[in-house]
Amino acid sequence: MIANPLVSVRTLTKSYGHKVVLNRISLDIAEGEVVALIGPSGSGKSTLLRCMNHLERQDSGCVLVAGEPVGYSLKNGELHELPDRALSYQRRGIGMVFQGFNLFQHMTALENIIEGPIGVLKLPRAEVEEKARHLLDLVGLADWADHYPSQLSGGQQQRIAIARALAMRPRVMLFDEPTSALDPELVGDVLEVMRTLAGEGMTMIVVTHEIGFAREVCDRVVFMADGEIVEQGEPGQVLSAPVHERTRDFLRRIL
Amino acid sequence: MEIERSSVFSQPALKQNARLAAGPNVPDDAPLVPRRRPWMPVAAAACVAVLAFALWKLLENPVVDQDVILEYLFKDVTLRGVGVTLFLTTVSMAAGLAGAVVLAMMHLSDNSVLSGIARLYTWLFRGTPILVQLIFWGYLGIFIPELSLSLPGIGTIFSVPTAQVVTPMVAAMLALSLNEAAYSAEIVRSGILSVPRGQVEAARSVGMTRFRTFRRVVMPQAIRVIIPPMGNEVILMLKTTSLVSVIAGADLMTNLQHVYSQTFQVIPLLIVASIWYLFMVSILTIPQSWLERRFGQSLARSQPRRRKSRSSDSKAGKPALSDKRG
Ligand SMILES: Nc1ncnc2c1ncn2[C@@H]1O[C@H](COP(=O)(O)OP(=O)(O)OP(=O)(O)O)[C@@H](O)[C@H]1O
Ligand SMILES: [Mg+2]
Repeated sequence: MIANPLVSVRTLTKSYGHKVVLNRISLDIAEGEVVALIGPSGSGKSTLLRCMNHLERQDSGCVLVAGEPVGYSLKNGELHELPDRALSYQRRGIGMVFQGFNLFQHMTALENIIEGPIGVLKLPRAEVEEKARHLLDLVGLADWADHYPSQLSGGQQQRIAIARALAMRPRVMLFDEPTSALDPELVGDVLEVMRTLAGEGMTMIVVTHEIGFAREVCDRVVFMADGEIVEQGEPGQVLSAPVHERTRDFLRRIL
Repeated sequence: MEIERSSVFSQPALKQNARLAAGPNVPDDAPLVPRRRPWMPVAAAACVAVLAFALWKLLENPVVDQDVILEYLFKDVTLRGVGVTLFLTTVSMAAGLAGAVVLAMMHLSDNSVLSGIARLYTWLFRGTPILVQLIFWGYLGIFIPELSLSLPGIGTIFSVPTAQVVTPMVAAMLALSLNEAAYSAEIVRSGILSVPRGQVEAARSVGMTRFRTFRRVVMPQAIRVIIPPMGNEVILMLKTTSLVSVIAGADLMTNLQHVYSQTFQVIPLLIVASIWYLFMVSILTIPQSWLERRFGQSLARSQPRRRKSRSSDSKAGKPALSDKRG
């Protein structure tokens, strides 16, 4: 049990039609913790992640970030869905990196990064640009500020996308298979950036098939199947000596 | 027999080719003679001949009085008509586009009533001839003689004869912009749909509101898809304004019709009108291509916006803080 979790998922349930995608998921994540979320395709990893910033609406249960229910406010013991503005305000604190990068195609790398801080946080441009250049440096793309996404490789785009999320100074970063769409030789650069982030104490939840990354960088590995958490624990334990047959099965198949 | 010998791709021939490999009987610098297409110049010559004949027939025809054409080309009545045509086009296009954005958003909304209304509107205004719609607005006063607002208990707040408010000009603008909204709505909608869902999700995840997402992320990308068919719409609109002559709209076409109904110089005046329409359409293509270039910028793969040497590629390969590994 974590005394003061930064992220707390509580009996989260979500179905599409008759298919239960998340079945009463509960999960606590401490500040600074790096959690790998693994599991077979269709097990509900993306859905869980998307519920964490209310891109998806759950059927029941809730997600708390820093004690606040995401997408809802508590009134008389009921959770009322937040209006657009308040929800947007909450999302500032929750960074998200997508499998398909989703960089704004009509903006340069730098513009992608500063769009949020200037347009949403209303910070002064000069300050934001300086911070953005620092972030570009961090992800190793200092010289690519004025390139459009279509002029960048997948790996470069994903690193810009990470910088864009970081520019909002989020308290937690969600990664949904950040390297799955990349050519193998580009995966390393992105994982390198994520490793750096983890080293700096960022709270991260990473859906990934990169078992090596999970083993070396993550504090905890959570294995999901069929909308439930089957098993979780230290990477060494879950990945090397899994208790459950399903985990063993899954690991055998992807390794 | 002939065919068998020349068929290079028949199986035996292929095998033979493979055996010969570098083909010893083809000289290294054999001159290449392009295939000739002798009938192309013939076709071109025929076209030119037909065109020249048509032009000559037109110019030598006594009905096509060049003096009349020149006289009316810059006459006051013509120029005023051109002004009205341009005004009608601009206003109707702008109002139509604004309506189109609203309609497209209604159509795409989750609310089935809103999207149903948008669909009904499009169905109605695209399904009836613009001529009918023009006449309808032009003769609105016939079945709604008075425009009035009266509240129970307070009485009549105002009341004016419809014909005073809905002048031919207003009727023309109403008809054209309402009709345009229906057509452009489909264009705007397809533009919005062309922006991948992930763009919206990314915008939302950095804390943008729905409205901001639409304005900063969706619209700028949708515009690229919207501009080319919209350019077409503007050109269509410019020419459709000529239909307002049925409700005495005072545009270029109406004015010239008035003239030739008295002077009977139908053909020369129609040529004057055509020259002006052609001129205006030609001018309109300039802003269109400018806009296309302006919004297509980020799609050009070749060059970054500000030129940068590509030598930085190798340096950019590794993240700067990679020494923090561990
Ligand atoms: N919008 C949707 N409508 C209907 N079903 C959906 C929708 N999104 C996801 N699903 C279903 O929910 C289940 C879980 O999907 P989810 O994307 O969370 O899985 P995942 O664990 O991320 O899988 P993957 O590894 O393939 O990304 C899948 O069976 C999927 O088909
Ligand atoms: Mg997924």
